[in-house]
Amino acid sequence: MKILILGAGQVGGTLAESLAQEAFDITLVDTDGERLHELAMRLDIQTVEGSASHPDVLRKAGADDADMLIAVTSSDEINMVACQVCYSLFRTPMKIARIRAAAYMEKEEFFHKNHMPIDRLINPEAVVTSQIHELLSHPGALDVADFADGRVQLVAMKAVHNGPLVGHALSFLREDMPSVDTRVAAIFRRGQSILPRGETVIEAEDEVFFIAAREHINRVMQELRKAEQAYKRITIAGGGNIGARLASEIENQYAVKVIELDPARAKTLADRLHNTVVIQGAATDRELLLEENIEQCDAFCALTNDDEVNVMASLMAKRLGCRQVITLITKPAYVDLVQGGEIDIAISPQQATTSSVLSHVRKGDVARVHSLRRGAAEAMEAIAHGDSSSSNVVGRKIQELKLPDGVTIGAIVRGEDVLIAHDDVIVETDDHVILFMVDKGKVAAVERLFQVSLNFV
Amino acid sequence: MHFSVIFRVTGTLLTFFSATFVPPMLVALYFQEQTLHTFSIALAVTLGVGLALWLPLRGDRELRGGDGFLITALFYLGLGVFGAIPFLLAPNLDLQLVDAVFESMSGLTTTGATVLVNLDDMPKSLLFYRQQLQWFGGMGIIVLAVAIFPMLGIGGMQLYRTESPGPVKDNKLTPRITETAKALWYIYVSLTVACALAYWAAGMSLFDAVSHSFATVAIGGFSTHDASIGYFNSALIESVASIFMVLSGINFGLHFLVWRRKNPLLYFADYEVRTYLLVLLFVSVTVITLLFNAPMDVESPLRKGIFQTISYATTTGFVTADVSGWPSSAAMLLLLAAFAGGCAGSTAGGIKLVRVLMIYLQGMREVRRLIHPNGVFPIKLGKTPVSDRLIESVWSFFSVYVLLFFLSVVLIMLVSELDFLTAFSSVGATLNNLGPGLGEVALNYAGLDASVKWVLMFNMMLGRLEIFTLLVLLTPAYWRR
Repeated sequence: MKILILGAGQVGGTLAESLAQEAFDITLVDTDGERLHELAMRLDIQTVEGSASHPDVLRKAGADDADMLIAVTSSDEINMVACQVCYSLFRTPMKIARIRAAAYMEKEEFFHKNHMPIDRLINPEAVVTSQIHELLSHPGALDVADFADGRVQLVAMKAVHNGPLVGHALSFLREDMPSVDTRVAAIFRRGQSILPRGETVIEAEDEVFFIAAREHINRVMQELRKAEQAYKRITIAGGGNIGARLASEIENQYAVKVIELDPARAKTLADRLHNTVVIQGAATDRELLLEENIEQCDAFCALTNDDEVNVMASLMAKRLGCRQVITLITKPAYVDLVQGGEIDIAISPQQATTSSVLSHVRKGDVARVHSLRRGAAEAMEAIAHGDSSSSNVVGRKIQELKLPDGVTIGAIVRGEDVLIAHDDVIVETDDHVILFMVDKGKVAAVERLFQVSLNFV
Repeated sequence: MHFSVIFRVTGTLLTFFSATFVPPMLVALYFQEQTLHTFSIALAVTLGVGLALWLPLRGDRELRGGDGFLITALFYLGLGVFGAIPFLLAPNLDLQLVDAVFESMSGLTTTGATVLVNLDDMPKSLLFYRQQLQWFGGMGIIVLAVAIFPMLGIGGMQLYRTESPGPVKDNKLTPRITETAKALWYIYVSLTVACALAYWAAGMSLFDAVSHSFATVAIGGFSTHDASIGYFNSALIESVASIFMVLSGINFGLHFLVWRRKNPLLYFADYEVRTYLLVLLFVSVTVITLLFNAPMDVESPLRKGIFQTISYATTTGFVTADVSGWPSSAAMLLLLAAFAGGCAGSTAGGIKLVRVLMIYLQGMREVRRLIHPNGVFPIKLGKTPVSDRLIESVWSFFSVYVLLFFLSVVLIMLVSELDFLTAFSSVGATLNNLGPGLGEVALNYAGLDASVKWVLMFNMMLGRLEIFTLLVLLTPAYWRR
């Protein structure tokens, strides 16, 4: 598959990197020649320097036979024009664009092919915001992903000594809460994955991934660590796009404070937010944090656009007694350095973007993809098609499926129903199957499994 | 200063004002009263002076921004004086000049303080004229003039700026001032018609219904009876009056919006209106509680408590009970409520709730600043942030208002033998365009000295012109500009 990526910024660069690793043909377009050169040295991609929306530049980049366009330049308008140009001049079948301004989203029909021909919109800031929002509503979770419109959730969390399940085999789950159905999809112990079986014993510090219906998630979480108090006081450091968005989403649920350095921006925020206390000052200022009673704070979200500031502010907040810190980190190299130490959760915006693009580049019918563990693992919502003769999955019991090693099926969503994937569940056509892969290398095998064979027409 | 322009505009407006003597003439004709003659003279004099000022200066230069202040003030002065002619000339009335001007000014500024007694025996046409004065004063004769007489060829905005009450002045409804004035005028007229019909249906005579609707919608408070609304002693009429007083105390711009969008819920979306209704509720409940626990016997405390609260808090000044016979705490609370007044952009007087609200919000901001020394707390009306410049002008307004209030009280006590309560309440009742006060002026201002009346008249104008319009004229800088 030939993919054209416009814009070699943070998002474009990471996308190019992760897609190139999956053996797609990537062409990257940007006006910054140096940045392109730097990426081309590192990755197996083609680069074109020039204005991303100009037809001649796009033609040079191979728009004529590209299968997909991903427009992620910093300008909404360039992204839109590029999609329009590719639609009108090159008939590119799939066009994905990043649109950040909420003003364009007013009417859904606007992005129809008769008006502004964009097939999929991505908005990384919105994705990151909703991810943080989910984490805040599930105290103790390291990662939360929605599947099937939020009916099923995948949650990652660290097991703690006081959890009832810790020290017991997984089969104990059944006995302890017979009314709740869940499936443990993976367990990582000291960075190594172990295949969860009924007799596997959970240890403290294990990173456990489980899948359950949305309403059961909190109950399952209590098995792994004693019931966490719901968050009340939230402090957000950095009132940029993500910080402001998050604050306005949660300000009526929690007591929210936003710390913003720039006085003018702080004023704008205070005008826009109605239930939030806006503090003007540096998030790394110890006196300021103390003055604002950081020790009483339940969750501290460091969301400035500066990784170093985020890390330092988070460390300080944690040291001063804040219960949980969530830190936004854009440099992938930093994520592994900090997560799991004093910083509880590191969020990478690239991972969120990659996730939202990945579902469109996957072969077969994939509704959603969620990258986990810094892109090493992946959860996927695939849709089964065909019948027992044309498909390798439909009409078969889960235990009969020839799943590659390290791949587990967590749940099946059939219409409105959520079925937790026990061995004897039979897959039907149009089922949404939620799979978990501890290793992304297995993606191709899974795709093959879900493809309908050729005699099905 | 271009006096020619001022004369011209004043002349024009006097010319048109002379037409307002026609309806009372018709009333006089209908009831066969001698006052027909009185109004004819008033019409002739006003028209003559108006034309004499206007015609020679036609087609002179356009108005400029600063002229608006002078014209607005001259307007009330000029019309106040010329509007006094019928009171001066009316047979068997024998009023002094000061009393006639006081009555006329009280009408035009929709204050409703009166020096006339034995209203019930007066000619109907004269009574009608008083009510009509309030009605024209209500919306500001200038807004009327701008709506009806675009031929004046005035830029207009500067006039609207100085005329329409309240701090949020640049909130234009329609792009053209003439259109805005027309829209407001339609609402004003519709509200009056609805009010008159409601009064009529509630049992008033047609004459009383129309007369009282004028005074209600203008938030004036003049009545055709000495006993005011209490004359009718009807719960139904009092309810009608209450409803229309509350409506008239709401920003007319908001009425326009509700009417245009056909959505009455917009009233409750407005922060000021919500506060307004809450204040009315709070004061009513408190007053009623005070009345029930009063040492003296108060007649039907529930009904009278609610009516008097609405009448005072909206600064109308209708009465159904002698408030000075009530516990002094209740009376003082009512007077305080009149200080807060109605909504900006309505016909109500007082400081206006939106200003009180902003001062309150600023107080709350100070508290929050003490808790979060580095916090950024803009002042917001509902969800709209308010600029610091606006807050500043609200504070200036408030301080000057209070200062002038006390200066006037002291001045009155210097020039007369009045007791503190009377001085205090009479200034409060005129500055807030309320009408009835406490003590000696609970029902009538007839017994006061002439000097006191002049001071009170000045207070009425100050209140109606939102103080600064008049103060600007008293500074040498304005005349040197």
